[in-house]
Amino acid sequence: MAPPALPQDGPWLDDAAGRLVRPYTVINGRTRPSAPLDLLSMVVPTGAVSVAHMGPEHTQALGLCGAGPTSVAEIAAQLRLPAVVTKVLLSDLVDCGALTAKAPTFRHHPTDDQSLLEAVLDGLRRRL
Amino acid sequence: MVYDDGSDPLTAPRTSGTEGRDGFPDALKVLVAGGFGVGKTTFVSTVSEIEPLSTEELLTTVSEATDSLEGIEGKSTTTVAMDFGRLTLDERHVLYLFGTPGQERFWFMWDELSDGALGAVVLADTRRLEDCFSAVDFFERRGIAFVVAVNEFDGSYRYEPEEVRAAVDLKPEVPVVLCDARVPGSGIQTLVTLVQYLLTQTPAPAPAPSHGAHS
Repeated sequence: MAPPALPQDGPWLDDAAGRLVRPYTVINGRTRPSAPLDLLSMVVPTGAVSVAHMGPEHTQALGLCGAGPTSVAEIAAQLRLPAVVTKVLLSDLVDCGALTAKAPTFRHHPTDDQSLLEAVLDGLRRRL
Repeated sequence: MVYDDGSDPLTAPRTSGTEGRDGFPDALKVLVAGGFGVGKTTFVSTVSEIEPLSTEELLTTVSEATDSLEGIEGKSTTTVAMDFGRLTLDERHVLYLFGTPGQERFWFMWDELSDGALGAVVLADTRRLEDCFSAVDFFERRGIAFVVAVNEFDGSYRYEPEEVRAAVDLKPEVPVVLCDARVPGSGIQTLVTLVQYLLTQTPAPAPAPSHGAHS
């Protein structure tokens, strides 16, 4: 199957109607990402794989990842797609090797990690 | 797979002190809760270093058995928007602030949001103090440390923090601060109070048995 021509960079948008492709169409109706991603998982492009064949949303999602680690939540917000849809897109990109992902460190007892809390406190105080 | 290690990235334990070595910053989470219109979005946006963003979660909800339409599944999909902001603390730590959905019917979402959170800020409006009760209850039940920040709205009567503490029936150690959600320094000072409070808390005596961790 020949890949369709994709003249535009972003999603197909109409000024009045908004997004012309329904969110779940973008991911072929899938509702579960193939890789477990949290809203605060960080992704970073590997730069190793071309994703031009995957469609404009995948390309746009990869473009939003920028150069440094970016959170899934931020990419979802920039794409203006539900987080679930974004997670599926990003997991595709992880699967094909275009992205590396790292899950957030969940702290069920944050008070156990005093050095972490001190670092957070220092960082906040620098902003005052 | 191109995860940075071979284990399940959601459950893999990470050793303290190694964060950032792989080039990924440590993403931390603080929740901003409170009743509708109490200033959660304002708080998040004034503290955030980026334009506040909003992400949508699609949720499948099973409605209460109040409808008598037999044969119709009481199931629907709802979109809930969550405001969030970012605060880069240093090269290794990034703090994300999540404004929790105000409506109580979305509270089951809080479980996911509160999982792994450092703590929470409960915003209170003294004109409608009861609006913050459910958030206080939620964090008390989950054992998530929180501070109560009284958002000082123009025209609202000024209460002393101790008056608010008594009215909400807070434990004596829970900090109550006054803040103005429109002022970035005020919001950051509230977060400083939260982290200082976390530092005074004694570490958990032992890992929860359900995690199966060894001490």
